[in-house]
Amino acid sequence: MSDKSVKRRDFLVKLAQGSALAATAGTLWAYMVKQEVRAHPYALRPPGALAEHDFNALCIKCGQCVNACPYDTLKLAGAGGDIPIGTPFFKPREIPCYLCPDIPCLKACPTGALSPKLKNINDSRMGLAVIDLEHCLSWKGLRCEICHRECPLKGKAIVLETHPRGISKHAMFFPIVNSDYCTGCGICEKACPTSEPAIRILPHQMVQGKIGEHYRLGWTFETEITQEFKPAAPSAPPAPAEVPKQAPGMDYLNEGGL
Amino acid sequence: MSGMPQYSRADALASIEKLRRRAWPARFWSWRYIVLRRLSQFGILLLFFGTAHWGWQAAKDVPVLTGNLSASEFMGWFPMADPFAVLQIFLTGHLLQPEVILGAAIVLGFYLLVGGRVYCAWVCPVNLVTDLAGWLRQRLPIPALFALSRNLRYLVLAAALVLSAITGVAAFEWVSPIGMMHREIIFGFGLGFLALSAIFLFDLLILKNGWCGHLCPLGAFYGVVGRTALIRVRFDKASCTHCGECARVCPEPQVLNLKKLEEVGLVASGECSNCGRCTALCPEDSLNFDLRPLIRKHHEARAGGQV
Ligand code: SF4
Ligand code: SF4
Ligand code: SF4
Ligand code: SF4
Repeated sequence: MSDKSVKRRDFLVKLAQGSALAATAGTLWAYMVKQEVRAHPYALRPPGALAEHDFNALCIKCGQCVNACPYDTLKLAGAGGDIPIGTPFFKPREIPCYLCPDIPCLKACPTGALSPKLKNINDSRMGLAVIDLEHCLSWKGLRCEICHRECPLKGKAIVLETHPRGISKHAMFFPIVNSDYCTGCGICEKACPTSEPAIRILPHQMVQGKIGEHYRLGWTFETEITQEFKPAAPSAPPAPAEVPKQAPGMDYLNEGGL
Repeated sequence: MSGMPQYSRADALASIEKLRRRAWPARFWSWRYIVLRRLSQFGILLLFFGTAHWGWQAAKDVPVLTGNLSASEFMGWFPMADPFAVLQIFLTGHLLQPEVILGAAIVLGFYLLVGGRVYCAWVCPVNLVTDLAGWLRQRLPIPALFALSRNLRYLVLAAALVLSAITGVAAFEWVSPIGMMHREIIFGFGLGFLALSAIFLFDLLILKNGWCGHLCPLGAFYGVVGRTALIRVRFDKASCTHCGECARVCPEPQVLNLKKLEEVGLVASGECSNCGRCTALCPEDSLNFDLRPLIRKHHEARAGGQV
């Protein structure tokens, strides 16, 4: 073999070795990153946080939101914990978000991981309160309703439904969460007196279902009805029923010459 | 201007002897940069910590220095951000808010002027760990296990950028021991210290200057940034006796290639972190911090003075 081809072979082998090393190390690195990013599905983010994937990409892990929170609600995740490394989160049972009207955490965020599009703190959706009906005191028939009373959006995010019970017992007062209004602040979870909270904040994707596009709730008039059947136009008043000439009797079915 | 100056072994040995025999005041004086660097490194961490934990404020509702080395705000209005982290996020294809971009530009501009790896020697907390490992290693009989190219870090740097684009998150920020260290000092304990112990042991027992000198992509990034820095170490070839003590204390000894220094008259490599070890140590006072545009003038003045 000539000198040149030996040199070339050496070069190619080196190249192959180098690429193999780079590919192995790169794959390992990417795997580590993916593992870390595979968000602990229960991570609750500060108000205004983007969807988890975008949030993970944009958050620079600076902790300015953590410093800005006057209630020490937010923490920055350490390495090796359950929450993706270096990102802010909160645990409502320890300290909930008190829904500051001026949203200092969001204002402190330099990257937009907490989106400045959120203007009104009541529009934030950090998670959704979910009641464990089996362990809620009110659903058992006691008069608790603490979550309802503490909820900053009471009457909207948590409503009470009364259900009569038999004679001589008071009615039952069921707290019910309305996802149209619940911010996920977790004040209810903090306040719930049961030894493990009967109401908890969970990320929406963990609890919220979705009905298929094809279902039509015909009885709710907001629902557009697409089949050919159309209900009678409500404007046309129904024709007044004809007054029978004689009192209905055995023969009334034969009226009209039948 | 003649050809190559001649160096005698005797001169070099005399220089080394001079160094060994320094009086204590001179010895203390030669530690000035290491003291300043530690003050700078700890001071910055302390400002972050004090703001986070003791609510340090410059005025009412004006936190002194909030955030951490990834992104911060000084005195409530002056944004700063890690340009390498911002570059990675940019490569994930996400739109950043102007504040963090401005912050990254400010920091980048600063290091373009003073030297990129000034971050390494004067700011980075991991430098505390790797300096300690390096200091110990010099005093312990630990043989080299293998050699690794110092250019490997540029590959790691490239990989960090490529992987950011592929995985959709800032690839280095999610595994960075630097981030772990300052975050966990400022915001509370995690398992980051394990990563740092690994770096310490790696540097101490496996590869000398292993992390900072061979692998760290942030150091590599700042090495690229620092190529045109204003503040550089000037080299005076007339007084240098080639004793080689400077390269012995330098964590990046390849930047002190004396032949090259003679040609350009300064430590030109971006890998120099302006740590000042060599300038404080040189027994002949041949190495000194200077401003790049003034270096030529100072050379001429010195040569003129001696003629
Ligand atoms: S809205 Fe207020 S209480 Fe809630 S996380 Fe932000 S700063 Fe803290
Ligand atoms: S302020 Fe923004 S970028 Fe910084 S940690 Fe909080 S969410 Fe992340
Ligand atoms: S506070 Fe807890 S126990 Fe009481 S009503 Fe609410 S969920 Fe039930
Ligand atoms: S090389 Fe990396 S770890 Fe070392 S001092 Fe520089 S930035 Fe810090």
